[in-house]
Amino acid sequence: MNTAPVEALALDAITKRFGELTANDAVSLSVNQGEVVALLGENGAGKTTLMNILFGQYTADSGAVRVFGKTLPPGNSRAALDEGVGMVHQHFTLADNLTVQENITLGARSLFSPGLGRSAARARIVDLSRKFHLSVSPDARVGSLSVGERQRVEILKALYRDVRILILDEPTAVLTPQETDDLFATLRLAIADGLSIIFISHKLHEVMAIADRVVVLRHGKMIGGVDTQDTDKNALAAMMMGTEATPPKVSPATPGAALLELRSVTTADVGSVPGLKSVSLALQAGQIVGLAGVSGNGQAAIADVVGGLLHPASGELVLNQEAVRRWTPRNAVQSGIARIPEDRHKTGTIADFDLVENAILERYKAPAFSKAGWLNWRKSRAFADGIIDKYDVRCPGADTPIRLLSGGNMQKLILGRVLEADPQIILANQPVRGLDIGAVNYVHSQLLAARARGAAVLLISEDLDEVMALADIIHVIADGRLSPGFARGEMTPAQLGLWMAGQGFDKGVAHAS
Amino acid sequence: MRLEPIKNPSLARKIVPPVIALAATIVIASLLAMVAGANPFSVFGLILNGAFGSKFAILETLNRATPLIFTGLAVAVAFRAKFWNIGAEAQLYAGALMAVLLGTGVLPWPSVAILPVIVVAAVLAGALLLLVPAILKTRFGVDEVVTTLLFNFIFLLFISMLLEGPLKDPMGMGWPKSARLIPEARLPRIVEGLRLHWGFALAVIAAIGIWILQTRSTLGYEMRAVGLNRDAAAFAGIPVNTVLVKTALLSGGLAALAGFSEVAGLKGSLTLDLSPGFGYTGIIVAMLALLNPLAVVVAALFVAGIFVGADSMSRAADVPTYLADIMLATALLLMVLAIMLTRFRVVRD
Repeated sequence: MNTAPVEALALDAITKRFGELTANDAVSLSVNQGEVVALLGENGAGKTTLMNILFGQYTADSGAVRVFGKTLPPGNSRAALDEGVGMVHQHFTLADNLTVQENITLGARSLFSPGLGRSAARARIVDLSRKFHLSVSPDARVGSLSVGERQRVEILKALYRDVRILILDEPTAVLTPQETDDLFATLRLAIADGLSIIFISHKLHEVMAIADRVVVLRHGKMIGGVDTQDTDKNALAAMMMGTEATPPKVSPATPGAALLELRSVTTADVGSVPGLKSVSLALQAGQIVGLAGVSGNGQAAIADVVGGLLHPASGELVLNQEAVRRWTPRNAVQSGIARIPEDRHKTGTIADFDLVENAILERYKAPAFSKAGWLNWRKSRAFADGIIDKYDVRCPGADTPIRLLSGGNMQKLILGRVLEADPQIILANQPVRGLDIGAVNYVHSQLLAARARGAAVLLISEDLDEVMALADIIHVIADGRLSPGFARGEMTPAQLGLWMAGQGFDKGVAHAS
Repeated sequence: MRLEPIKNPSLARKIVPPVIALAATIVIASLLAMVAGANPFSVFGLILNGAFGSKFAILETLNRATPLIFTGLAVAVAFRAKFWNIGAEAQLYAGALMAVLLGTGVLPWPSVAILPVIVVAAVLAGALLLLVPAILKTRFGVDEVVTTLLFNFIFLLFISMLLEGPLKDPMGMGWPKSARLIPEARLPRIVEGLRLHWGFALAVIAAIGIWILQTRSTLGYEMRAVGLNRDAAAFAGIPVNTVLVKTALLSGGLAALAGFSEVAGLKGSLTLDLSPGFGYTGIIVAMLALLNPLAVVVAALFVAGIFVGADSMSRAADVPTYLADIMLATALLLMVLAIMLTRFRVVRD
């Protein structure tokens, strides 16, 4: 192209303060038409705040937002939508009980406009889905769709509204490698059509693959922008962290006895989420077993069975060679099972409890923290202070409500809470989701340290890279079925991706051990 | 307009809205007093005077506050665990029923044992009454708001049936009223000659006890955890349903003490107008106190003061006592709004 690029979006010296904290410090960013700009930054770097300002959810203290040269009135979401800014959130904003078409047209036209224009809308949706290879049936109920399909609906929804600037927040977190490739293919078609994209992600190789330019935020400040062709993953990681990031080194495992086994465990389906189908799995001492798979394929059921929240319809849980009968979360904790929950906000912590109260959440009944029904706050506080110290939880003090902490620091508290009991079995469900690289490496090194001292670790993750980096044995879960275990390096990501998509199970029956 | 949460509200943020709410309540009540044809300044003077202006007035207010402290505590305890007990009214009558069942001379025990036995029986009756909705909720997922609310009507009709039938006082000249308690079953006065009974002291002790329970005991910790985040509590191994049942038993028992103390301390017998809605007013008390058991005592005194003061004011200034109800309702609504404004700021689009 020899014409000068058209500026689609400009954020001009945006500053936003929350009390003492400066979330965005004179951040400027511009995106040209047809350009993909990746927004990188650790957790708490100010990415979300910046996007919320762009979208009018927050009002900036100073600075302006311009879309195609037109300054948006501050604090007005409608204006941003009207100017063609669209966003696909990490957690989808779809109504499960409506059809795809209803979700897409919802809010796109006034409730008071005459007629529904259903057939026209439908034709347009079919048209768009063909043009951008977003295959999804307009009449399907969203509740019955897979995660990948739901994302397609979100993107269709944005395209239907003629977005000119699309913000994607961690779009690949829930996709298989193949689905990610499909998504990128769609995005490239849209870019060729003139769409501008802001791509928020932690996965550096994806940023390298799709983005033209990367801008890095650190502590609310713009650290710099760089064209992807002039950089590499290590340099980006260094920019994000401020230092060169070093992933933990993994030495070969020396597995011992099986500490925990699932034997032919079957659980009931819950809505559209499949239950487990005769799953057998063994966790051995000194070994990390990785569970790869797309979200919603039965990972939650495995975690809940091990954690004592779900009882198998058939099959058994075997702890130290003994089948367990009564199995509750408290039994699990008392049996030395450390559980790092999938959702640290909803199930891992109680937002309005302070750090002390959250630290003893699983073991407040232990003699160390209470006697005859009365809590010992002095000892509890000492315990929390110890965790804060040892696990480097950054907080104003142990009596801070935990909701004021960043995700990474929350996770460190949870980690400390479960690891301080010297657990023999660790169930880590999405332990690094949404964390920055520094925190990710920290969590991973803690898991490896636990392995080194002989703990059995089950690592459940939707991030295939994470599973392949850490796990000694990898199982893939798809539709409630568990693949045979693959040793480290036995499978390529593409091969695992096929299992994640549900292929291989029928052929692989003979392989099952 | 939108609400934007404030992550770390300042001290002024926490104090100013409630103060404005209180001021606004007074302004609104003044306007109504003017509509009723009275001078608002003298109306408030009369209310204040009627509630706290003399020894008699103060004692009257404390007496009126006693059942409100109990029902307020019952609601505060239950709401803290997000168990919505709307049935304190019925549990109150359950406690009152035990007082007249056991306190009219049927117990063969020595007189020192009678009061403790009645207290225990009253607490058990209230607790058992709330056990049914609690089990329906934890076992079958039946909404406790509906069951506890409906229990109020059922139980009041049941009491009515008893008062028209088996419990009817033969000496009552045909009124639907129970026999009087024997002296040994009455709550004595704290100071002889002053119209204030031990029920008030019991209520304050209960408030302090609940506060200690909530802040120091494992059960209190469990109840708060279940109320704040049921999923996280269950994940951590707190037996959520057991905690809810225990909460219900405690809440029902506290509400029953209100009925016991009204019968044994004040009225001496059971009638259908024993409670002018103490069970429901307990909800207002608990909400005004932000569910804090110690603040429940203060809120109950505030509410009782308005009622007692308005009674006396209406006689003196010829303004309907409904002004008290309106003041309370306004105070509650504005306070709820104020509490929201301590945590959110309004942003204009």
